[in-house]
Amino acid sequence: MSIALKVDGLAKTFPISGGLFGRQKAGVRAVRPMSFEVPTGETLGIVGESGCGKSTLARMLVGLLEPTEGTIEIEGKALDNADPAKFGRLIQYMFQDPVSSLNPRKTIKQIMEVPLKRLYGMGRAERDKRIGEIFDSVNLRSEFLERYPHEFSGGQAQRIGVARALAAAPRIIILDEPVSALDVSVQAQVLNLLRDLKGEFGLTYLFISHDLAVVEAVSDRIVVLYFGSVVEIGKAEEVFANPRHPYTKLLAESAPVVGRPLKAPEQKDSELPDPLNPPPGCAFATRCPRATDQCRREEPRLEAMGGDQYAACFHPL
Amino acid sequence: MSFLKLLFRNRLAAMGAVVLGLILLLVVLIPLLPLQDPDVTNTSNRFLPPLSDGHLLGTDHLGRDLLARLLHGTRLSLGVGISAALIAGTIGSAVGIIAGYFGGRADNIIMRGIDMLMAFPYILLALAIVAALGPGLFNALIAVAAVNIPFFARNIRGITVGLAGREFIDAARLAGMGHTRIILTELLPNVLSTIVIAMSTTVGWMILETAGLSFLGLGSQPPQADLGSMLGEARSALITDPHTSIIPGIMIFLIVMSINLLGDGVRDALDPRLRSGALARPRAQTLVERKGDIPTDDQKGLLNIQNLETQFHVGKRVYRAVNDVTLFVNPGECLGVIGESGSGKSVTALSVMGLVASPPGVVTGGAVRYEGEDLLSAPFESLRRKRGDKVAYIFQDPLSTLHPLYRVGDQLMEAIQVHHKMSDKEARAKAVDLLKSVRIPNPESRIRSYPHEMSGGMRQRVGIAMALANDPDVIIADEPTTALDVTVQAQILALLDDLRRERGLAIVFITHDFGVVAQLCDRVAVLYGGRIVEQGTTTDVLDHPAHPYTKRLMACVPELGGGKRRLEAIPGLPPMVSDLPPGCAFAPRCDKATEACSRGEIALAGSGTRAVRCIHPEEEIA
Ligand SMILES: Nc1ncnc2c1ncn2[C@@H]1O[C@H](COP(=O)(O)OP(=O)(O)OP(=O)(O)O)[C@@H](O)[C@H]1O
Ligand code: SF4
Ligand code: SF4
Ligand SMILES: [Mg+2]
Repeated sequence: MSIALKVDGLAKTFPISGGLFGRQKAGVRAVRPMSFEVPTGETLGIVGESGCGKSTLARMLVGLLEPTEGTIEIEGKALDNADPAKFGRLIQYMFQDPVSSLNPRKTIKQIMEVPLKRLYGMGRAERDKRIGEIFDSVNLRSEFLERYPHEFSGGQAQRIGVARALAAAPRIIILDEPVSALDVSVQAQVLNLLRDLKGEFGLTYLFISHDLAVVEAVSDRIVVLYFGSVVEIGKAEEVFANPRHPYTKLLAESAPVVGRPLKAPEQKDSELPDPLNPPPGCAFATRCPRATDQCRREEPRLEAMGGDQYAACFHPL
Repeated sequence: MSFLKLLFRNRLAAMGAVVLGLILLLVVLIPLLPLQDPDVTNTSNRFLPPLSDGHLLGTDHLGRDLLARLLHGTRLSLGVGISAALIAGTIGSAVGIIAGYFGGRADNIIMRGIDMLMAFPYILLALAIVAALGPGLFNALIAVAAVNIPFFARNIRGITVGLAGREFIDAARLAGMGHTRIILTELLPNVLSTIVIAMSTTVGWMILETAGLSFLGLGSQPPQADLGSMLGEARSALITDPHTSIIPGIMIFLIVMSINLLGDGVRDALDPRLRSGALARPRAQTLVERKGDIPTDDQKGLLNIQNLETQFHVGKRVYRAVNDVTLFVNPGECLGVIGESGSGKSVTALSVMGLVASPPGVVTGGAVRYEGEDLLSAPFESLRRKRGDKVAYIFQDPLSTLHPLYRVGDQLMEAIQVHHKMSDKEARAKAVDLLKSVRIPNPESRIRSYPHEMSGGMRQRVGIAMALANDPDVIIADEPTTALDVTVQAQILALLDDLRRERGLAIVFITHDFGVVAQLCDRVAVLYGGRIVEQGTTTDVLDHPAHPYTKRLMACVPELGGGKRRLEAIPGLPPMVSDLPPGCAFAPRCDKATEACSRGEIALAGSGTRAVRCIHPEEEIA
């Protein structure tokens, strides 16, 4: 199986600037060095709570943010982000807010034409044909092309977002909370569409969401992030069913499920660590029922837990 | 054309447009008018008064025809002022867009430069520029444009910073656009209206400033006339022959006034808030205009909503947000209200205490009874006393109830003291107790925190503490956990559950999440298109959904533990409440729909608390 995306030691630290000429002090480590691979055709789910670095990771992968450390390889070639056009043909990003990702002053057609013109230098006739094909595959009517973004519902706007990403004919699409702004009854439509398109165009997905059930339903493997680090990776059907990391277990137990009685999962402290002043050792230690002195001293590394599962914990479940 | 309509609805702006139009017309017609040469002197006819033979407005100190000079001067002043506005607008906007788009160091350096320019009183700056370049109309133009650049740069930068963070800019970059192209095709169209507004509101001042420089002899040079130099030359004859100063003075006044009135009108007409009619001040209480009879009290529950109908009247459109909704809740009970976005959940909740914004909201029917008393007919004072004290709200975004600039402890104390007279010390003790009861660690020190210093989960706890401040009997919680992470959501739900058991609170819990309903609520009502389509105990509804919508909605929500799979989707979209179909609102999406479904009103049928609104229900309900 070929590797579509390989990330090695990728990290991002946001400097905290001290005015115009101020020297940069140590910054916020939004993403700590992380490494993972995504085989071609896979959907890799990424879950984690707000502020755990999901979107920072995504924006680095598509070249909207410069990594502080580490490398990104797409199909075996190191990514150089000098040329946006090169980038755009390999990897695309689908945004969380379908409406704000469309320029309010442009028609859908003008929006759709940009990637075809800029990335592939297509002529007018060729563009029209391609847009028609893409619109067919995402079930949008071609009348929509002459309209403006505000005339669409969230679900339709998100389909247009999908269509724009497809127009770049990328190898990989990063889906950043692609359905969380949508109505429940419309979510399933978009998720199914994404699934069909993946088969049709041979795509690889990175699916980012805070909704565990949605991620489980669409992913092959799942990465769990906490405080900027990968704490667990494994097969979708295993990670939440048999979590090895205490944080994954906490997540799985917190998700409201029909037929499960209400109980707040035990934890000592619900606060995330202060990103400006991170604790030594395991970032989860203040909330973890299994924490020991070792956890508060050393940082646990991601280790094989048998099968395809990896967890970063000294005392796995 | 709604822009022109809005513009001319503003009387003053219309007047400005008419005056300015007349002046422009005169100026344009100069070559056709039988005017004398403005620069020909005739010292024997000095200071002729207005209405003299051959000189309608008289002559000046050199015997030149004032009418001709006035019109030529006006043309020149307008031309210079408008050119200065265009130059300042173009350069300033370009600087602002570049600073705002690139941000970081470029922004810092550019804006510090602009700040330095602004630190000088601008008339001094203009004088310095003219002094350096030498007097002359063209140099005056440059000076006036230069001193106005910072105004444009700052305004446009502010807007650009907001736009540059928007996702469509990132999307354009990913689609392969370079910086120049993004600025020209993505940003510029979005800031253009602001640039136009800024220009239309400043061009008047620029004309005035140019006139000022000419008045001081630094602008137009003799014999060329502009309004400023006419005033300047007439200065010495101000007492003896006032008409020579009054005539150009009136013209300056007319031009600047008409441009400013028109400019303000343009600004207001382009303001999107004015367009949606939102500038009308909302009432303190929702307007109630009930068409039918008020339902009689059926003595159910502590809070009893009967046949509630709430609409929004926007222009000619009527949004029927809530239609015939009947709900009640008992002490210690939790009633779930579930529905998709736009199904009317929030409007139902806000109607209870008259919190729906009016205009455009109107309650058009039904009753809301608290302990039997109809709140919809209650006077505002009595309603105000019950808000927070008897019925309290928790909203999705706790920041909407917390003031960002006050410490949470002070806000809690204020909430308590509004309804109950007590000393600050007692109130503070109560505030600490409240924070303790919502399980905030270290409440004694936390009361001194500001809302922004707390995490989302913490803030929502404070929001709940605010709601509990006056020991209400009913809490209406509108998606209180939607914005929270799952681990925090679990804690908040457990907290609400404890509270209602300990304090016998009645909770109306609004959500779109079946998992949450299943865990917290005793009974549930499902809303679609502003109507209840199904209700019953939570177990009945979730285990045996009777309405096709409920059943299919549950099927399309993935549940944890289901593994990778294709989801059951419902085709189509939820209905627009401005255009509800007759009969069942779900019919266009329902695979069991028959012709009868769209024929007419379908009643909510059932017994006791279990009921469904469907002709072909999935389950027969007793
Ligand atoms: N100020 C307003 N002017 C016009 N229509 C409005 C206004 N406020 C709400 N509506 C309409 O009333 C209907 C019901 O809205 P409501 O806010 O109750 O939905 P909801 O069920 O709470 O949705 P959500 O899940 O998005 O919060 C919607 O169609 C909405 O467009
Ligand atoms: S390393 Fe220690 S503190 Fe961290 S999750 Fe594992 S047991 Fe808990
Ligand atoms: S009334 Fe008819 S259209 Fe409506 S849900 Fe029932 S079967 Fe479907
Ligand atoms: Mg709502």
